[in-house]
Amino acid sequence: MSTTKPENNKMRFDLQIIASWIEPGSRVIDLGCGEGDLLKFLMHHKGVTGNGIEHNESKAAQCIEKGLSVLQGDINEEVLDYPENSFDYVILSQTLQQVYEPDTLIRSMLRIGRKGIVSFPNFSHWACRLQLLLSGYAPVTQQLPYEWYNTPNIRVITIKDFKKFIHRVGFNILKGVAINTQSENRFGKIIDVLPNLRATYGIFLIGNGPV
Amino acid sequence: MSEYIEHDKDANSVGIVEKKLYTFAEPPGEMVLESGARLGPVTLAYETCGTLNADRSNAILVLHALSGDSHVAGYYKTEDEKPGWWDNMVGPDKGIDTNKYFVVCSNIIGSCMGSTGPCSINPKTVLPYGLDFPVVTIGDMVDAQKALMDHLGIKKILAVVGGSIGGMQVLEWCARYPEMVTAAIPLASTTRHSALTIAFNEVARQAIMADPKWNNGEYYFGPKPDLGLAVARMIGHITYLSDESMRHKFGRRLQDKSDFSFNFDADFQVESYLRYQGKKFVERFDANSFLYLTKAADYYDLEKQHGDGSEVKAFSKTNAKFLVVSFTSDWLYPTYQSRAMVKAMKKNGLDVSFCEIEAEWGHDAFLLSNARLFALIRGFLERVYNETRKQ
Repeated sequence: MSTTKPENNKMRFDLQIIASWIEPGSRVIDLGCGEGDLLKFLMHHKGVTGNGIEHNESKAAQCIEKGLSVLQGDINEEVLDYPENSFDYVILSQTLQQVYEPDTLIRSMLRIGRKGIVSFPNFSHWACRLQLLLSGYAPVTQQLPYEWYNTPNIRVITIKDFKKFIHRVGFNILKGVAINTQSENRFGKIIDVLPNLRATYGIFLIGNGPV
Repeated sequence: MSEYIEHDKDANSVGIVEKKLYTFAEPPGEMVLESGARLGPVTLAYETCGTLNADRSNAILVLHALSGDSHVAGYYKTEDEKPGWWDNMVGPDKGIDTNKYFVVCSNIIGSCMGSTGPCSINPKTVLPYGLDFPVVTIGDMVDAQKALMDHLGIKKILAVVGGSIGGMQVLEWCARYPEMVTAAIPLASTTRHSALTIAFNEVARQAIMADPKWNNGEYYFGPKPDLGLAVARMIGHITYLSDESMRHKFGRRLQDKSDFSFNFDADFQVESYLRYQGKKFVERFDANSFLYLTKAADYYDLEKQHGDGSEVKAFSKTNAKFLVVSFTSDWLYPTYQSRAMVKAMKKNGLDVSFCEIEAEWGHDAFLLSNARLFALIRGFLERVYNETRKQ
């Protein structure tokens, strides 16, 4: 895994990592941008042209109030309207596990953007494995805090699965990092040894280009 | 749009404002309208709040809807009961902050609130125009506003803002004078009326024209078609509300009685409300203006006029930054229409923000005091203003 240094310790740790991968002055769209923390950081510190899509009315409105260019809508629908290569980076942060058609969305991402950045909670973390093995119940963790019947996370993804999936849909992983952090935490560490077992999140830079 | 202007007692007000008149297009240099007809002289009633800065870069043009006027905010006299129609949005430290921006609002041509319209005097006959007034379009309204901007020495408008028919003018500004518009905020609006909206307008127009007192538009020296205009307004008010808001506001409650009257008086509160709104409207609005303005709105078709039928092409000339807002309970200009324009803007690579505000008040929601709308407009304007400063 790459030697990535997180930026700005006021943001969530995974977002700090994503920010560190983005070239200054680039065009960025954040799919599922929440309250726009990452976009705001990127605009102020990296001079990017930032866009966001957020389904939740209140969160989308908060973004616009902060002076971000954000659309309220469904990411799967909204990505379809942008011309090809409208962006340098298309970010899908901690949302992939809630997407109904991940391959369609990933293809759309790399149609409208040159590169994609995808992060997701790693379901093969040892705590998940141990819970299932010892208790026999579906794992409930800090990263995936729901019961099977109320979870919005309809996809179970592991770091290994994601890599396999990206190659299967015909793209390349340009960079990847596994981290250990709690869901809303500003602090965390990068996991280089046994990431699929020890990391709570995976973050990947994907694209059409060579590795 | 509705009559009910909320008095914003706690907040600041722009204070005393003055209605001004600007007359142009004196014959033989009349304005050539979209229909080919000529109109002149043309007078626009307008008001301004705030101060135009030295480099003339802080102007915001507010565009009113069907029954609005130039009186966007503040008071004419200290004893005025009500402030301007958008006083909850326009003022010091408000959504459109008059400490920062120079706000201009003019009455649209075809209206009856000081600008040239069917009740104005036709210089050729020295009588009110009546139906001799040429049919005006949204584009003609915008052309007249452009003349006012030229008169005020404003070459670049920071933002054009308006709801409903005002939103159509916003879109038309972007298509007609793209080089002049930095940012645009169409609220609860559409690029063209649906059949449903045209249908309501047609019924309203028929109500006026079926009133014998309308007399083919020649009523200015006799009794006015008050009944027809009141019914037209009642229809309008139904479309401005929603099933939900009417249920909350009136339900099946009776007005000042405990049982039915068993005649055709206003039994229900909703009947009484509509009658009251109708009656109040005829005191201030001209029936012919109602015909002309609703027709202009029905004719409006941004795709057809600026995009050869393509909504995407219609936005190809503009480079404005957009904030599009719709309201969940608006069935007159439903969200799908706003989403369609957002889609076309995106396909052109334009900078667009969009929010569908959850509001139960139907189409009228854009005029009511709404913390969310206030903050959206404020945040968006601040961004575009700062971006122009950086350049």
